[in-house]
Amino acid sequence: MDLAVAVALQVLTGIATLLIISLGLAVIFGMMRVINLAHGEFLMLGAYAAILSARAGLNIWLAMLVVAPLAVGAIGVAVERLVIRRLYGRMLDTMLATWGLSLGFIGAVTMIFGNTVAGFSAPLGSVAIGGYRSSGYGLFLIGAACVLIAGVWAVLRFTPAGLIARGTMQNPEMAAALGVSPSRVYAIAFAVGAALSGLAGALIAPFSGVVPTMGTVYIAKAFITVITGGAAMLAGTLSASGLLGTVATLGTFATTPVLGEVAMLAVAIVLLRLLPEGITGRFFRRSL
Amino acid sequence: MPIARRSILTGLGAALAMPAVMRHAALGADPIKVVGIHDASGGLDIYGKPMIACLDFAVAELNDAGGLLGRPVQLINYDPQSNIQLYTQFATEAATKDRAAVVHGGITSASREAIRPILHRYQTLYFYNTQYEGGVCDRNCFCTGSTPAQNVNKLVPYVMKTWGKKIYVVAADYNYGQITSKWITKYCHDGGGSIAAVDFFPLDVTDFGPAIQKIQAAKPDVVVSALVGGAHISFYRQWAAAGMKSRIPMASTTFGGGNESLVLSPEEGNGIVAAFSYFQEIDTPENKAFLQKFHAKLGSAAPYLGGELAMRTYVGFNLWAEGVRKAGSIDRMKVIEALETGITNEGPPGRTVIDGRTNHVTLNVYLAECADHGFKVLETYPQQPPADTAMVCNLVKDPNSNRQYVIDVKI
Repeated sequence: MDLAVAVALQVLTGIATLLIISLGLAVIFGMMRVINLAHGEFLMLGAYAAILSARAGLNIWLAMLVVAPLAVGAIGVAVERLVIRRLYGRMLDTMLATWGLSLGFIGAVTMIFGNTVAGFSAPLGSVAIGGYRSSGYGLFLIGAACVLIAGVWAVLRFTPAGLIARGTMQNPEMAAALGVSPSRVYAIAFAVGAALSGLAGALIAPFSGVVPTMGTVYIAKAFITVITGGAAMLAGTLSASGLLGTVATLGTFATTPVLGEVAMLAVAIVLLRLLPEGITGRFFRRSL
Repeated sequence: MPIARRSILTGLGAALAMPAVMRHAALGADPIKVVGIHDASGGLDIYGKPMIACLDFAVAELNDAGGLLGRPVQLINYDPQSNIQLYTQFATEAATKDRAAVVHGGITSASREAIRPILHRYQTLYFYNTQYEGGVCDRNCFCTGSTPAQNVNKLVPYVMKTWGKKIYVVAADYNYGQITSKWITKYCHDGGGSIAAVDFFPLDVTDFGPAIQKIQAAKPDVVVSALVGGAHISFYRQWAAAGMKSRIPMASTTFGGGNESLVLSPEEGNGIVAAFSYFQEIDTPENKAFLQKFHAKLGSAAPYLGGELAMRTYVGFNLWAEGVRKAGSIDRMKVIEALETGITNEGPPGRTVIDGRTNHVTLNVYLAECADHGFKVLETYPQQPPADTAMVCNLVKDPNSNRQYVIDVKI
């Protein structure tokens, strides 16, 4: 019984991790149909922002929850203004441009901080579940994922800004005709997506280790989650990370970490064969 | 007067060329080229950087003492960036372009098995100065680190005596981890213990959450880790974060080989037991003298030497230099024959003797416990022979061997 609870907790942590690393990508892809191949590097920059400000003496929570999203959000604004804005509607070109950006970010960070692993310990102690013990930080990640998804949903659903964002997403021409500037909406959405990625990078830093190439480990998982999820930003990410996170974690338990990942990829491939438009192409079509 | 003009030109040419010739003469002779290939960046830099510092120091020390055979030693360091492809490239360069007298290098067993055959083919002498899983049988390759018969054979009986007989093994997923876990299994069974499970992790795995729950479910008496590199340090972090440190003790064949004990906080690292052929903390006059010189030379840039990897690089270089002195030449075959007579080095880790049958070494092994970013030495086992490799390899009988034998143990 204790084991079942411990495993369930680990599965939830796996789902939360997938959700956290995919949300920024999902916002950018869902709003603008921009495939941001520099997403992994946004995660990496967030982790560096957190670790550098923590080393400079800032409180660890402030560094992770405030500094990292702000810093990466600012980088996102610059990237959108300088690069992405010129390429809206040209999917292949944005992929190439963001891939170039990703290589540039890795190179720059390697030059400044070196290709070496840094890291910090997870705050919060451990929790006991019957005879088993688990990291308190895992629980925090689950909570953070819930807060993030609820927050994005509430903003989109209940605020005027969310209404404008949803309108622009559905029909930019009509939104423009009603006096909304789509280019400004896109810029803000991109910055929010980047900030979410930065936050995600800081949140996973304590157990992933911080290294310039850390993004490459996560970008594939984030993309698979978003593509499997399909068109609906939140429902898609939520359902896909729920499914893939469960498969990956249970697979890891039953076999090895390698086979766990293989199982996750196999499920994603089969799913995309059956539902080419992702989970939300068939189910929850009208959700956000 | 055309002839006179020509002779003037010749004279002028000779005069112009003189400084180059004289500069050459001032150096004494052609330098002896030594190549080092160690990861100074990437996930393995936690081992590579101290190894490079020790090799630099050993070469500088030799040159300050007048060089080798009256010639200075020139060290060329390559950084393969934790990338196996670069290892093969640099090994080829060392053999063909630099025509190195010896190559010191390779950290992971994967990198060693990438460059060892290349250097064997190009007939370039090779020193591998890292503790590893044993079994390399190649006359061109001298392995100066400790092997499982020397370290696992001390570690496993110790943990079984101290904590209990049910062992859970977590290991890196490449030849080192695979083979070392077999040795752990063997020594565990020899001592009447049982293996709860063996889990392997690729070098880039950082999330050990499920693994930690699996270990708890298996309820072992002790966990033995053969994890490698910067990414795997998160295992120790997550282990401590899950509150497991006070519940299940841990030993490791790799912990402390790099800077693990420095990177982790004392709460995360303290109490982990490791066995190596050197710890910076061993209390001998030779070691004290070495550390004093080392720190005087490098100042605040001096790295923590931790377990044996960096120190073995220092000892390995000095063993090679002693071989060259004895051979009176840098000719590969002459040096190999000189080394195989049983060259001895009385260095900081104690006595190291080359075993000419296997081209491995007999050395002292120390068992220590991580304590406040360093190690506390608990036991000393003097002069341990490379018994594992000796079981499968005899270079006197089979001088043309060029392979690594793998122990056959059922897990």
